[in-house]
Formats: sequence, C-alpha cells, structure tokens
Amino acid sequence: MTQNLIRKLLIIGLCSLFTATASAKTFIFTAIPDEDETKLVERFRGIADYLSEELDADVKYIPVKSYAAAVSAFRNNQVQLAWFGGLSGVQARSLVPGSQAIAQGTEDQAFYVYFIAHESTGLDRQDSLPEEVRGKTFTFGSKGSTSGRLIPEYHIRETFGEAPEDVFSRVGFSGNHTRTLRLVESGTYEVGAMNYAVWEKELENDNIDTDAVKVIWKTPGFPNYQWSIRGDVDENYGEGFTDRVREALLSLDDPELLESFPRSAFIPASNDDYEPIRKVAKEIGIID
Amino acid sequence: MLSYPTVRTSLIFLAIALVGLLFADIAITANNPWRDLGNFFLGVLTPNFFSSEGLLTALLRTVAFAFVGVTVGGVCGFFLALVYRFLPVRVFCAFIRAIHELFWALIFLQFFGFHPLTGVLAIAIPYSGIFAKVYSEILEEADPEPGRLLPPGTGTIAAFLYTKIPDCWVQLITYTAYRLECGLRSSAILGFVGLPTLGFYLETSFSQGMYSDAGAMLILFYVLIATIPLWVRPKLLPVYIVGAPFFLGDGLPIVWGNVERFFTEDIVPSPLRDGEGLAGLLPWLNELMVEQALPGIWNTVILTQIALVATGILTLLLFPLISNHFGGPIRRTSGHVFLVIARSTPEYILAYILLQLWGPSMLPAVVALALHNGGIIGHLIGRQTNTIRLRSDAPKGLNRYGWELVPRVYRSFLAFLFYRWEIIMRETAILGILGIYTLGFYVDSAIQSIRFDQAMVLILITAMLNIGVDILGRYIRRKLALQTMPTC
Repeated sequence: MTQNLIRKLLIIGLCSLFTATASAKTFIFTAIPDEDETKLVERFRGIADYLSEELDADVKYIPVKSYAAAVSAFRNNQVQLAWFGGLSGVQARSLVPGSQAIAQGTEDQAFYVYFIAHESTGLDRQDSLPEEVRGKTFTFGSKGSTSGRLIPEYHIRETFGEAPEDVFSRVGFSGNHTRTLRLVESGTYEVGAMNYAVWEKELENDNIDTDAVKVIWKTPGFPNYQWSIRGDVDENYGEGFTDRVREALLSLDDPELLESFPRSAFIPASNDDYEPIRKVAKEIGIID
Repeated sequence: MLSYPTVRTSLIFLAIALVGLLFADIAITANNPWRDLGNFFLGVLTPNFFSSEGLLTALLRTVAFAFVGVTVGGVCGFFLALVYRFLPVRVFCAFIRAIHELFWALIFLQFFGFHPLTGVLAIAIPYSGIFAKVYSEILEEADPEPGRLLPPGTGTIAAFLYTKIPDCWVQLITYTAYRLECGLRSSAILGFVGLPTLGFYLETSFSQGMYSDAGAMLILFYVLIATIPLWVRPKLLPVYIVGAPFFLGDGLPIVWGNVERFFTEDIVPSPLRDGEGLAGLLPWLNELMVEQALPGIWNTVILTQIALVATGILTLLLFPLISNHFGGPIRRTSGHVFLVIARSTPEYILAYILLQLWGPSMLPAVVALALHNGGIIGHLIGRQTNTIRLRSDAPKGLNRYGWELVPRVYRSFLAFLFYRWEIIMRETAILGILGIYTLGFYVDSAIQSIRFDQAMVLILITAMLNIGVDILGRYIRRKLALQTMPTC
C-alpha cells in the first residue's frame, strides 16, 4: 500500500519535472537587470498588473540575473516581450526572426552616457572625454549593456585609439548602473560610465554624495531602451495581440509607473531606429 | 629536513606560489574596505529575517534542488561505478566532473531556460562523475573474502548484493550523506545565475548593500547545514526524495526546439556555421586562444597555485583551534564554530562577499578559497590530532605544535591538500564570473555576447586543465605515497 503510494508519487514527481507546468497562455515578459533588483521587481510588477488589465490576459514578469539571460529567455520563447537596452534588443531581435521593437521611452530617442569620477581624481566636467582619465581605474556596467558598455567603449576607443584595457590601469564590470555609481562614489573605481537616467533619478532622490562623485562628461545622444516583442505572438496569443500590446504600452499614462523607469511617455519604435547601435556594436566587435 | 620528499615538494610549491605572487593582481581597491566589512558584520549581527517574501521559498527550493540533484547523481554514479574499470567510462566521468556546476547551469540555461531541469542537471551531472569515482574506490576496497566463499554458480548480481554491498554499506552511506551537504552548497550558489535558490536573494541583497537581509540568509543557511544530522534521518529520506521534485517550482516551460538549435547551431564554431569551412576555423581558434584562452589559463593557474599554498598555510594555523592538545573547551568550541562557518560557506559566496567589500583583484579570491578549503582540511586534520596520544612529559605550546603534532599529521595534510588541488582549480575558474580574469571571466563574457561556440571551447579548455591537474595531483600523491579519503 505504502509502496504503491510512493511509486505513484514518484511517477507524478518525474512527470512534473518533464512537462510544462506554467499555462501556455500566460504572457510572460522580462527586462534587462540594469538597476537594483528590488526597484526592478517593483516597477515591472506594476507593468504586469497594468498589462493584465489592458490585455485581459494573464501577464507575468520574471526577473533575470544577466542581460544575456534576458536575451536567451526571449530567444527561447520563454518570454514573449522584453524591456531591452539598445544593444540587447539588437542582439535579441537578430536571433528571433520577425520580432520587432514596438515602443520606446521618449527619452530613448536620444539617450546619454555619463562618465563619472571620484573626487580624488580632481576631474571636473568637460566638453570631451578628458585625457587625464588615462591610467585611472575604470568600471563599465554590465558586459552586455548599451550605456554601461557599448557606447562608453566606443567613445574610449574614439578618443584614445586604444582598447579600454590599454587606456586604464584596471577595467571592471560592475554589473549594473546603480552599482557603477556606488563603486565610483566609494572610490573602489576612480572613473565609471553609466546610464544618465539612473544618475538623474538617484540625484533627484538624494541618493548621491555629490562631494564624492561627479559627472565629468556627457556623451552625444544615441537610441536606447525599447520594448521588443516576438514575431510569433499573434499566432500564439490571438490575431492582433501584438498591436494590443503596443497600444497598451503607448497609452500608459500612470505617472508613478512612468516615473519609475524614469520616462515621460512611451512612443512608437521600429527596428530601424536601432541601426546605429548595431553598427557601433559590429565596429567594436561585440556582435558579429 | 630537505631530504624528506614531502618537505621538498612543499617548498617547491611554496616557491611557485611566491613567484606567482609577483605576477598576480593582489590589491584592495576599495577606499574604505574596513568600514564595509564592519557594516557587513553588523548586518550579520542584526539579521532581518522578514525582508523578502521569497526567503523561505528559496530555502525550500535550495533543499529540493539539492535532494533531487544528489539523488539523480547518486543513482547514475552508482551504476557508472559498476563499470568504472573501463577506460572510456573513467574518461567520461573525469570529464563531466571537471566542469563546475555553475558552468553546467550556464549551459542548460541556454536551452532549458529557467526550468527546474536546468538546476537538477547542473547538480546531477558533475555529481554523477564524482559519485562514480568515489563509489568505485569504496567498492574496490571491499574485502574479497566473502565472495570467494560463495557456492559456484552464484549469480553476479546476487554475489554483488550479498558480499560487496554489506561490506561497504556504511562507507557508501557516509559519503552520500556528506555529498548531500555539498549538494546544498551547490544548490545555493545556482541562485547566482538566476535559479530560484538562496543565492538569488543573497546576490540581490548583497549587491544593494542590504547586509541585514544578507546576514539573515547566511545564518539560515548555516543553521540548515549544521542541523543536517537532525533533519536528515534514514527513515525520513524516502519522504524527502519522493517529495523533493514537487518543491522545485514551476519555472518556465521547456521549448524542445531550443535544445536542437543549441546543439546543431549555437555551439558550432561560427566560421563553420557561416560556411567558411576549415580555412576559417583556424584563424577563429587562434584568435580565441590568444585573446581569451591563454590569458584565462595563465590567471587561473597563478590564482590556483597561490590559493593552494594559502590554503595549506591557513590549515596549519587553523587545525590547533579544534585540537584537544591546545586550549580549553571554550577556545575549542569557538574554534569549531569558526571552522564550520568557514567550510559551510561556499567559496563562491565568500569570494562574492569579499569582492564587494574589497574591490576587484585576486586577493578576495585567494582569501575565499583559503578560508573555505582551509576550514575543511583544518577540521579534518584537527580531528586527526585528537586521536594522537602524547607522552605525559611531551612539550607544550609551540614546541608541541612544531615537533609533536605537525610532523605526525603532515602526510595526511599534504594528501588532503593535493586532493583538493583540482577542486581549488575548478573553483578558481568559476570565480571568473565574478570579474577576476580567470577562465570563467571569458566564458561569462562569451555567453554575455551570445557566443556559445566560444563559450563551449573555453569550457572544454577549463575541463582539460582540471583533468590535467587531477592527474598531476594523483601522480604526486602516489609518488609521495600519500593516502587520502575524498572531500568535496
């Protein structure tokens, strides 16, 4: 009797391991982990609730630990929608035929990178990347980040004609923008490059010790974050689903939710908007 | 003294590590490392157990993944052990255990994604290889006498079950139980790459400087490991094993097409995929070797050698903490607590913590590896000294340490150290994911830029390096006639 029960449980257990347990109709999205996770979870749970209501569907957000994990989940159809950076979006869409960028923040049309420095460097804000950063320690954000890696590396190579490892005495990857800020603020790294929006938001919330760290250069603008959706969503979630998702995102006007990004509104976007990012990534050799 | 081969070997390794130090990147780059360290300990002293809604679920998942992973690994390992005498099996097992759990997880994440199978296989596969090796060693040591007494015509299976198993039963169980503890550690760190175990929340709270939350998780983890004898009972085991698969969580559904794509496209070197053929493959491999593999190997080897010697020195300093020959009961009890904490904390988590506090360099990695491994070997050696009976007029203090105890345990100390050489190297490689420029750094970079072909080549190189060190370690142990029992 007991043996029988154990056997049955065992079989069920094994089966549950191998079968899909989440309902196929749940619409799942993710986002690149570019900031502190607590903030991301709060922000995107709000988005999930909003989308659930607007789309009248079960919408779920899952947090991931790396940019590549977000791209892989999108590619593997484990998520159907994602909030990508410029570079991760380009990578993801090139791996999923038919996928498209459907919306971006107003600010994402011209996004900026701030190069920041610890006060011990004595550097002040300038109109170009100062020559004095040579020989300092430097941290990027995540390896797969647009504003934490791609654009800063591009400008470092433009300015010095050398790879970052040759320009700086030590090159690190902090993981995300908030951490870049904290590491430079504490002096662990002397110089860093980060997303300007994260800096401005933290500044507004009084989370930056401006005596310890300051912005030394603001890069020219480039296209960045966007919502990307898989090409087979209409097929799996019903005709017109992609359009409804786009509509829902574009009509998002909850000030608190928008502020959490922080974006003033979402506007339409297309794959072509990110062509400059693809070119730069190819030039640096981050994509083939 | 130099005439002793053990001393000579030790000095050679010491010299290599010292030369390695010249090339190693050892520094504290944080501006205020001690303040951060203080904040961290303050966090451990003021744990916040109610921070995250997911904390208890994470603990449950950590246990569930460990149980399922170790069970599957144990069963597969046992069957592999039966055919372990065949060379291809041995090579296969050496290969699968040379790849760290986190690397396996990173591979499976690419096509199974966040499905429980990713975590289960990440533990089960390398553990199968380890179980196969150790089980076969245990079975080999079994007394052959009972087998000879069987009547002719006894079936092989019956003979095996009635003569070998009873003789080895206790050792098999002891080792498996020990492995379960390792499984809990492995399971916990899988969270660092996104599986829903403890590491997931630990990484979150640590990276945001929420030390009280992180402290609470660490304390729960220590309690979990320290109480293993209380909650892992032979009678309860079937319940755990049957129940564990139900607590792995849902994850996300597997799309099987991804598996095929991974093996037929993703990991095929890009020149072959693009039809450039062998002419394109060589420059591709060459570039990969020069720019990533060689620097990665160089740093991995240097860090391994320094960490190995640091582990040895720390072990020699730590074992008196729990030895009956020194100090009173209070000192010994606190010594025990310290060593339990040092060896229960996975080196990955230790390195992660120290990197956050001291900034990036090889130093946090060396300290983490030395603390964890020194804790393990120090504990074993300390216990061994407790079986030594000294004469009543034996010297005390430093003389007792230097002239009585160390010489008596030195051989087993070296045996453990060389046994763990390969383990230290496997960990060193994986610490690259945290930003130290060992092989793991380049593997992670390749994965971050969605170049799985490169990642696979680098993982293969890492595995080969591990197998090489394993062979060398065994050669040295045989040369010095050192005997050892397995540790994880």
